[in-house]
Amino acid sequence: MSDTMVTAPAGFAPATRLPAVDYNEAVVKKFVIAAVFWGVVAFLVGVYLATELAWPQFNLGLAFTNFGRLRPVHTSAGIFAFGGSALFGTSFYVVQRTCRARLFGGDALANFVFWGYQFFIVMAALSYVMGFSQGQEYAEPEWHLDLLLTVVWVAYAVIFIGTLMKRQEPHIYVANWFYLAFILTVAVLHIGNNIALPVSVFSAKSYQAASGVQNAMIQWWYGHNAVGFFLTAGFLGMMYYFIPKAANRPVYSYRLSIVHFWSLIFLYIWAGPHHLHWTALPDWTQTLGMAFSVMLWMPSWGGMINGMMTLSGAWDKLRTDPGLRFSVTAVGFYGMATFEGPVMSIRDVNALSHYTDWGIGHVHSGALGWVAFITFGALYYLVPVLWKRSGLYSNRLASWHYWIATLGIVFYISSMWVAGIMQGLMWRAYDAFGFLQYSFAESVVAVHPYYVIRMMGGVLFLSGALIMVYNFIQTVRSPDTAPRAVTPLPAGLAVAGE
Amino acid sequence: MFIRHETIEKNAFIFLVLTLITVAIGGLVEVVPLFTIETTVEHVQGVRPYSPLEQRGRDIYVREGCYLCHSQMIRALRDEVERYGHYSIAAESMYDHPFQWGSKRIGPDLARVGGKYSSEWHYAHLINAQSVVPESLMPHYAFLAETPLDTSDLQARLRTLRAVGVPYTDDDIANAMADLNAQANPDADSAALLKRYPKAVTVPGNGRAVTEMDALVAYLQVLGTMVDFADPANEHLQQ
Repeated sequence: MSDTMVTAPAGFAPATRLPAVDYNEAVVKKFVIAAVFWGVVAFLVGVYLATELAWPQFNLGLAFTNFGRLRPVHTSAGIFAFGGSALFGTSFYVVQRTCRARLFGGDALANFVFWGYQFFIVMAALSYVMGFSQGQEYAEPEWHLDLLLTVVWVAYAVIFIGTLMKRQEPHIYVANWFYLAFILTVAVLHIGNNIALPVSVFSAKSYQAASGVQNAMIQWWYGHNAVGFFLTAGFLGMMYYFIPKAANRPVYSYRLSIVHFWSLIFLYIWAGPHHLHWTALPDWTQTLGMAFSVMLWMPSWGGMINGMMTLSGAWDKLRTDPGLRFSVTAVGFYGMATFEGPVMSIRDVNALSHYTDWGIGHVHSGALGWVAFITFGALYYLVPVLWKRSGLYSNRLASWHYWIATLGIVFYISSMWVAGIMQGLMWRAYDAFGFLQYSFAESVVAVHPYYVIRMMGGVLFLSGALIMVYNFIQTVRSPDTAPRAVTPLPAGLAVAGE
Repeated sequence: MFIRHETIEKNAFIFLVLTLITVAIGGLVEVVPLFTIETTVEHVQGVRPYSPLEQRGRDIYVREGCYLCHSQMIRALRDEVERYGHYSIAAESMYDHPFQWGSKRIGPDLARVGGKYSSEWHYAHLINAQSVVPESLMPHYAFLAETPLDTSDLQARLRTLRAVGVPYTDDDIANAMADLNAQANPDADSAALLKRYPKAVTVPGNGRAVTEMDALVAYLQVLGTMVDFADPANEHLQQ
């Protein structure tokens, strides 16, 4: 690659200002509102579940408030409703700007994707509390909802790929590589993991085509790559657009983005069996899963380095731009979680960590620290831009959100580390006579204080999000409609071909 | 040999195809052989399809999200084997659509809970877990004891399971309702049930209608009991 390519990843800085394209921002706005709404729902249900685990009386003994039915509401609201709406919205924003093209397929198709997806989310949540579940983690919706999601997803792919096809820019910008890999792979995973036979066309109940060990492998091929492609690749797409934009710097290394993109998507798919160490899954599969999980550390850190180093020469912006502070902290959490993950995938570490709250802590350092924070960063950037405001209502409130949420994450993950490692050690402890030292119930009592701390961490994180909601409402309501000040790019530093 | 990346990133179609190929490889290598390598699921004596009442209980286990707090997979580790029993083998979940191995133990593993407690204990525990285990975090499932079991599509469910590979015979399906009632009534003649489903545990019931709780207890009582690890025919599995 030539040096000009390295400094100008989206092609080249246009010598003259090209005519403005009329972008479809209406659908992006809708997804932004949905992401904010579902984020609050996900955090609220999470806090309630944490309260149930600290004080089981809160289950209330009602079918629809019991932990088992509410937990999928929390995970689906967090991953698919909050994360999904953020990904749809930002991908539609980014693909239009970096392709210099209005969304393919017209406004009706984009609106179909929005309303179809929201309908899917509401129906899925209702179905869980009413007692419909496939019984596979993060893939709980029954067959009829799976079919609905497939239709919506195909429409989404058509819009995204169609927009890439009609782009006015010669190159496909790096953020779109990640969004594209996310869209394609999630489609494959969703179909692969939901092959089931309904009891009848009028019945909501179905039985999985695969059983036992094969079903387990397919489920964790899906489950781990829901993390790898939904929660990682998609959000890396977000990182590759919003960090360079907010920092007003080009992506640190174009070459690194190529290397880490292809190695990330190749290696991630193999990592699923690390959820099944020491089980009835054959050893060869477990070993492959472990080996590839450890290798995955490198491309993950490639992405982290590329995101972090993009701030070279612009670190001072962290003081003045709270949105960028969220984005950069997110990349930091991404680096930590993608180091912790490979460590936990080593079979002997996994013997201790699996089935414990360490896993819950690990997931939340990714979900809160990476996914939610990178989304908050994008939202703080997008809301003033989309609603044509000169800036946020209050940077100070955004700073409060940042610190409260960060403190919440620290409460959450450190309490879960302690609880998880303690559970693991108690379950395998032997007394002087060679008997197991603790009953299971003793390990339940021991983690109670940490469950309370975890709940408090969740309350902090939720409070921060509510501050953000207030800030956004005030930003949109403010009468200031002055166009956002545009800082001219230094020569040759076009970051997104805008 | 080296293709310029520029070629790929200027063509959405090539990019799409290469991405699909790249993400397909790992999954194919890890999943496909599990269906073709014969030793993936070992041959053992004793594993049978669930009885109609057990299968309906399993449906309720799935519906209530029990797998979110309870694993059904004893790992091949010393402390787990001492706490829960012989490590789980693949054949024991070969008729599980879907598998319920779980990923988190907020409560203990249930892979071999069958026969560990009396059925009466399970009723009391499901109605109010803290009444028998004060430290428990488990929600109350009293409503299951008040909900009559829906058996309207019982045969359709077994037929669907047969279509995905569970070897129910025509005879099993024709007698599904009779077997279900026999297992929920201690006074009934259970000879035919036990012939079709050896080791099926008859649950006390309330003498009026078969409830969802009856089905769930019948399922819990069969977990991990099908394979007799002391049987010489299963010697290759002994620890």
